[in-house]
Amino acid sequence: MAMAALRREGRRFAPLIAPRPITAVRSSPIVPTHEDEGPIGVRYISTQVVRNRMKSVKNIQKITKAMKMVAASKLRAVQTKAENSRGLWQPFTALLGDLPSVDVKKNVVVTISSDKGLCGGINSTSVKISKGIYKLNSGPEKETKYVILGEKAKAQLVRDSKKDIELIITELQKNPLSYTQVSVLADEILKNVEYDALRIVFNKFHSVVSFVPTVSTVLSPEIVERESESGGKLGELDSYEVEGGETKGEILQNLAEFQFSCVMFNAVLENACSEQGARMSAMDSSSRNAGDMLDRLTLTYNRTRQASITTELIEIISGASALEG
Amino acid sequence: MLRRASMLLARRPILAARARPFSTDLPAAPSADATFTEAWTKVIPNMDPPKTPLSFMQPRPPTPSSIPSKLTVNFVLPYASELATKEVDMVIVPATTGQMGVLPGHVATIAELKPGVLSVHEGSEVTKYFVSSGFVFIHANSFADIIAVEAVPLDRLDVNLVQKGLAEFTSKLSSATTDLEKAEAQIGIDVHSALNSALTG
Repeated sequence: MAMAALRREGRRFAPLIAPRPITAVRSSPIVPTHEDEGPIGVRYISTQVVRNRMKSVKNIQKITKAMKMVAASKLRAVQTKAENSRGLWQPFTALLGDLPSVDVKKNVVVTISSDKGLCGGINSTSVKISKGIYKLNSGPEKETKYVILGEKAKAQLVRDSKKDIELIITELQKNPLSYTQVSVLADEILKNVEYDALRIVFNKFHSVVSFVPTVSTVLSPEIVERESESGGKLGELDSYEVEGGETKGEILQNLAEFQFSCVMFNAVLENACSEQGARMSAMDSSSRNAGDMLDRLTLTYNRTRQASITTELIEIISGASALEG
Repeated sequence: MLRRASMLLARRPILAARARPFSTDLPAAPSADATFTEAWTKVIPNMDPPKTPLSFMQPRPPTPSSIPSKLTVNFVLPYASELATKEVDMVIVPATTGQMGVLPGHVATIAELKPGVLSVHEGSEVTKYFVSSGFVFIHANSFADIIAVEAVPLDRLDVNLVQKGLAEFTSKLSSATTDLEKAEAQIGIDVHSALNSALTG
């Protein structure tokens, strides 16, 4: 059995030398880890083990490289859409301003995240910011609810904030993102959730390596009225004539809903871009890591191989010299 | 090593120059951001506060004392910005109360749009689009923001399909049972008749 084990390792074996003096050292459990005859305490891993590991690391490197290229092509597709949609929320902010520090009773935090993993830390950042906003807006008579888009945020938020979650929406990117889909989604959210202020948390895409967590605030029409009456940021809103409709309130209601769907559309696109960009950089560092690991394993393999050859030679020569003299 | 140091030094001012566009705190409204950031750092000291849309926007110019000669128009759709800060003489928007002409110095208005024709007049040339619906904000500083869900130039519309659609929705209205179906059919009729009048008128 020892001979078979040795043969499996593909070692050369001089026919003269009887295996017996060496079997004592070689007979070891199934995974042949053999002790060197050199200095005490030096062990060498078998070359087979190292070779298996090298093969698997090389495969992983190929996979991560492929994933990076796929993410790059998906990014290119979504990036044009996201950049075109950037003009969509600007008129609303120009008209209504941006009041993230508004004090309201019913806050709803809409967290946008991805469905698939392996995209770096962007989902954790979104969840951390959402929890931060929750904490910021906690107080007497105030309540904050979550609406979650995407599997990854759901997994993280379900663990400790289960009772505060109103809606969970997943598989957003099954079909290519379009305004109709997002507006239907926005409609669902507005129908089912009572809100004074909606805070949308997403990662804004700046470049392939930079994603900034951002929060956009959409106020309900009643709060808009309240803020415009109290002056301050929205004080100028009263000076705007409102055309059409029966009452100003009706128009403001439509405006709030339209604003929400536009801001959601932009947010979802930006988050999709950030997801692909983060996946690109994660897979890139993964491939590089695998490459480093492969280099180290190659060195170990060569060392092991050379050590075993040297050991063989020593045995042969010492055996031969023992026979001679 | 010296070369790297000089490269770093050379790179620093460029980074600082590039960082400026992203850190535009509008002079008119930094206080909202400031209160938010303060409140955030008090409650969550370990994390940077998230950015808000104000920091990503170009500030709008204040209301000038005299009426400017041109109207600056931003016409945005979910898929593209058709016109971005374009200076024009006049736009005619299809508001729910009828066709509304917007000239420089128009009073600040918020108007909802119904399906109809939007025309942009610049000098002697007129560009017409059919918009599905949306909103128009006219600011006191002669800035007009038109946000529409869908807009197509008129030459892309097919008369036959419009007629067919109109007939289809009229029959749907007559056979509609629930309020929702009736409303949907009515919307279809409104849009198609607007398309019809846009093509013929």
